Amino acid sequence: MTRVGVITFPGSLDDGDARRAVRLAGAEPVRLWHGEHDLHGVDAVVLPGGFSYGDYLRCGAIAALSPIMAEVVAAAERGLPVLGICNGFQMLTEARLLPGGLVRNDHGAFVCRDQRLRVESTATAWSNAFEQGEEIVVPLKNGEGGYVADPQTLERLEGEGRVVFRYLDVDPNGSSARIAGVANERGNVVGLMPHPEHAVEPGFGPDTPGAMRSGVDGLRVFTSALRSVLAA
Amino acid sequence: MPVIVVEVMPKAELLDPQGKAVAGALSRLGRQGYGDVRVGKRFELHVDGPVDEAALSDAREVAETLLANLVIEDVVSVHEAPAEVSA
Repeated sequence: MTRVGVITFPGSLDDGDARRAVRLAGAEPVRLWHGEHDLHGVDAVVLPGGFSYGDYLRCGAIAALSPIMAEVVAAAERGLPVLGICNGFQMLTEARLLPGGLVRNDHGAFVCRDQRLRVESTATAWSNAFEQGEEIVVPLKNGEGGYVADPQTLERLEGEGRVVFRYLDVDPNGSSARIAGVANERGNVVGLMPHPEHAVEPGFGPDTPGAMRSGVDGLRVFTSALRSVLAA
Repeated sequence: MPVIVVEVMPKAELLDPQGKAVAGALSRLGRQGYGDVRVGKRFELHVDGPVDEAALSDAREVAETLLANLVIEDVVSVHEAPAEVSA
């Protein structure tokens, strides 16, 4: 069975939900601890959402320097699928595995809503189970989710098809070009601010026209990783 | 113990919603004449040895690698604090 590690940092909140998403996608979730130098041979890694180290210094900055992140960086460079959700996305930018940075929402308030997104690239380890251009809904909740990068980087991301998810309807946090998620060059590392792990089980996801809380669009982020592990 | 002060500001081209909120509060206080407010960070590094060029150079490196994220922030100053701060 494919084994997907979910790292718990001091202040992680959504590690339990991420493990549940991994299990519902058909893989075995493996608990990993920030203070270890060991990925326990997992096939993929998820950096979950939360407020690691109380967002001290900058969101994700101190977690990006934790012992296990040295292993994550080395494994990512070898091609291991790595997903960063929300605070995990912030860690990936702080660790320089992904370009750009995340800043305080332009309107200054914490945002929490079911967010419509467009899947802009299916050529990554975490989006290959979607259709190109597909529109999905997953929860979004952040205070510092404004994606910024210099104009050259933005142009490069767009030109190389590395914008993976884009906000539809509104730009909820002032992100450049309404970018919700990006990938590295190789496509094995993806970070996004919205929370696919909260839309994986009927009864606990966003509302859909069909039924309350029945949205499970986030599940395919995790099944994508299984497909890419099996294809590797 | 001597102190090296590092000051970090959000990049000028980025919105600073925190500064904007402070500016709003100032105007509600009736304080006029402050067109804009930006909020940054000040770090005080207490150093073991003397603050010489090598120590400042090391502090600059620390500032640019950890204290600031140069994608979103600028290091605006790295200098030795006056004696009263160090006391």
